[in-house]
Amino acid sequence: MTANFFFNLTWLIPLFPLAAFAIIVLWTNRNRLLSTWVAWIGIGLAWILSWIIFWLAGYHAKYLTASVENYPVPLFSTPTGSTELQVGFQVDTLTGLMLFMVPFVCLMIFIYSKGYMNYGTQAVDSRYSRFFAYISLFACGMLGLVVSDNLLTLFIFWEVMGLCSYLLIGFWFEKKYTDPNRITPKQASLKAFLTTRVGDILMLAGMLLLYIQTGTLTFKEIFSTEVLEQLATTYAFGQVPWATVIAILIFGGAVGKSAQFPLHVWLPDAMEGPTPVSALIHAATMVSAGVYLVARTFPLFVAVEGGTQLAVVAFIGAFTALFAGTMAIAQNDIKRVLAYSTISQLGFMFAALGIGAYVAAVFHLITHAFFKALLFLGSGSVIHGVEHGHHHSEHGGHGHESPEGDLRSGGFDANDMMNMGGLLRRMPATGWAFIVGALALTGIFPWAGFWSKDEILADAWNAFVHGTEYGVAKFWPIFVFAMLALAALLTAFYTARLVFLTFAGRPRTEAAHHAPESVPSMTWPLIILAVFSTFLGLFGMPWASRVYSLLGEYGTIMGEHIPHGEFNALVAGISLFVAGLGWLFGWLLYGRKPLVEAVDPIEKPLGPVYTLLKNRYYIDQLYHKVLVRPVINLASAAYAFDDRVVIDPIVDGVGRFGRWLSEWLKKAVDNPIIDGAVNGVGRVTTWFGEFMRATQTGQIQNYLLVAVVTILFLLILFLVRT
Amino acid sequence: MQVPLSWYLVVAAALFCIGLYGVLSRRNAIGILMGVELMLNAVNVNLIAFWRYVEAVRATMAGQVFAIIVITVAAAEAAVGLALIIAIYRNRHTVDVTEADQLKL
Repeated sequence: MTANFFFNLTWLIPLFPLAAFAIIVLWTNRNRLLSTWVAWIGIGLAWILSWIIFWLAGYHAKYLTASVENYPVPLFSTPTGSTELQVGFQVDTLTGLMLFMVPFVCLMIFIYSKGYMNYGTQAVDSRYSRFFAYISLFACGMLGLVVSDNLLTLFIFWEVMGLCSYLLIGFWFEKKYTDPNRITPKQASLKAFLTTRVGDILMLAGMLLLYIQTGTLTFKEIFSTEVLEQLATTYAFGQVPWATVIAILIFGGAVGKSAQFPLHVWLPDAMEGPTPVSALIHAATMVSAGVYLVARTFPLFVAVEGGTQLAVVAFIGAFTALFAGTMAIAQNDIKRVLAYSTISQLGFMFAALGIGAYVAAVFHLITHAFFKALLFLGSGSVIHGVEHGHHHSEHGGHGHESPEGDLRSGGFDANDMMNMGGLLRRMPATGWAFIVGALALTGIFPWAGFWSKDEILADAWNAFVHGTEYGVAKFWPIFVFAMLALAALLTAFYTARLVFLTFAGRPRTEAAHHAPESVPSMTWPLIILAVFSTFLGLFGMPWASRVYSLLGEYGTIMGEHIPHGEFNALVAGISLFVAGLGWLFGWLLYGRKPLVEAVDPIEKPLGPVYTLLKNRYYIDQLYHKVLVRPVINLASAAYAFDDRVVIDPIVDGVGRFGRWLSEWLKKAVDNPIIDGAVNGVGRVTTWFGEFMRATQTGQIQNYLLVAVVTILFLLILFLVRT
Repeated sequence: MQVPLSWYLVVAAALFCIGLYGVLSRRNAIGILMGVELMLNAVNVNLIAFWRYVEAVRATMAGQVFAIIVITVAAAEAAVGLALIIAIYRNRHTVDVTEADQLKL
């Protein structure tokens, strides 16, 4: 079979999970086991086909370059106004890399979900099948997004993911908490949906402008030299070319989806969803979609030499990386720490893109997906175990995750790291896999994170020393380098804190003391992901530059020179040093003397700073006061205005007028004319009947008389006539 | 002198009018019946007179046969009429036709 054969099947990849979604929703909803298998087979087929295509995309890169005219492949076209929209798919090395990561991580998460949703126990989730349907649709959204050959279908799949994130974050929508300030899943899902909507509007605006300017949304056409040239030389206003405006607007969409500052607020609250969902959103699908979008439209970002768009991306990325890192150190919720860590790591990727380190950014995207999925699934396993332990110690029986949240579990928070401790002994498989993920995240040699993070730092350093690409100002690489190095230090610190608080020392609660190891369907995905997190980085080794050749080909296809840094011992030393420093601080504070009391040792020395960080810089409150409240007030005012002043009076007025009109019509028309006519007919008939009645006397002689008179009359008539 | 046809016709018309008057003016049902008989016999007179004067060929007996049939019908009519009157009398103890108007609502 030729490579062409498989490339032409690429469009089937997102259809497998979509079919699984449809089958589960329509037919197998009642049967949990069948639904599980339908979802597994759907993502499994997608995974197999994806890896075939990834393999071909890697080893037939030249083939792809040679026959680039054949890609993208149009599937069908729909008339839109006066033009036709071509819908198709495309395979290039960037798509190939995403196809390597997305379906595989999804598959691991799908397998894990069976155990996490308590299949086969009494505590099985009441909406178990629906969960698998939703995550299948989610996978379909992401896979469709990466194979799209134009911005419009990309945006459609983008929104499919938005919908799925809403459905899945609010999956336990009936959950209520005793603490009224704690956000419920229902609120969190709305928050995620509405916050990303802000970015989506920007992206939509960017797409519309692009379409107005170029008349096309197909990547190949947008990224042709002439179109880019045209975008770079026509000005939206003043000296700002369209390319800059459109690139920044599209980046706005990525900021929303990838939870960058200032639209990062939805992501930590998205932790209210089931943990496999967190892993899906944070590792495999949704947030990486934002980075993918910028990587995909990268030629647009570099169309203008030294444009502000790259500076914006670099600044937002670097700032978010550090900013989210600081918030992570004061969180006690295990999943929230990881959430901030995700925001921070995505900041790394955007910062890399912003200084033109395209390859490093995509490489980090891939490695991050693996170890972040691992960390999330590991934390889910821990939470699951602690909840079981809690129920075990409370009731002496089998525990389970209650949909009523902590109302039923008496205010006990299984996510709180202060309630854990010493879990490595209780849950060895989960614990060691988690520690591998933590090492990868913090960038310790030789785990995956080291290679990709080092790549970003090295590119920043090289750009500073040897000159930047795309006319980026020299300030940005060093700014990015400094911010990211600090962020890497914080990453190591909060990760060490997380690991030591959760796994080291002695259990701080009965629940942690009784936490059992998770079922094999949960631990095996962890182990597999841990293996990948360990060895994936080796692709990025200077002497095995497979990734470079993969993405380098992408660069030649797009007619752009994609820079990639050389291995730099100094930078590698710095990045290892800061990571080691972070772990050291973490160990000193949390590892050397394991906590006995649930009091954070950094709380006292940091004082108000700690409070500030714990409350996430009060940004949520600020948004609530400045944006949410006024909008709600405006809506209430508009409602009141509407209700009392405008719409309701108008509606009432119309109603009253109608009533008055009908009364009038009744009096003026209906009663005299219609009723009159009907009654008149009746009355005339009655009268006539009465009249005729008089002739019917019953007297035989009268009748005879009438007959005689009539005959006489006729006779006379006859005689007169003749 | 032969009696002309018109004399017969005048007698018959007079007889008919007397019968008609009786039918229209008598309250007694039997009187009415008698009036009807007079009218029928007036017709008979006419039939015979026309047969005798107008019919050219004497060989046919059409006029006489008509008269015989009318007499027969009149007899039957009288029988039925009298039976009805007796029935009404039995029922209502009167033969006054002005009283017999029950068919009127």
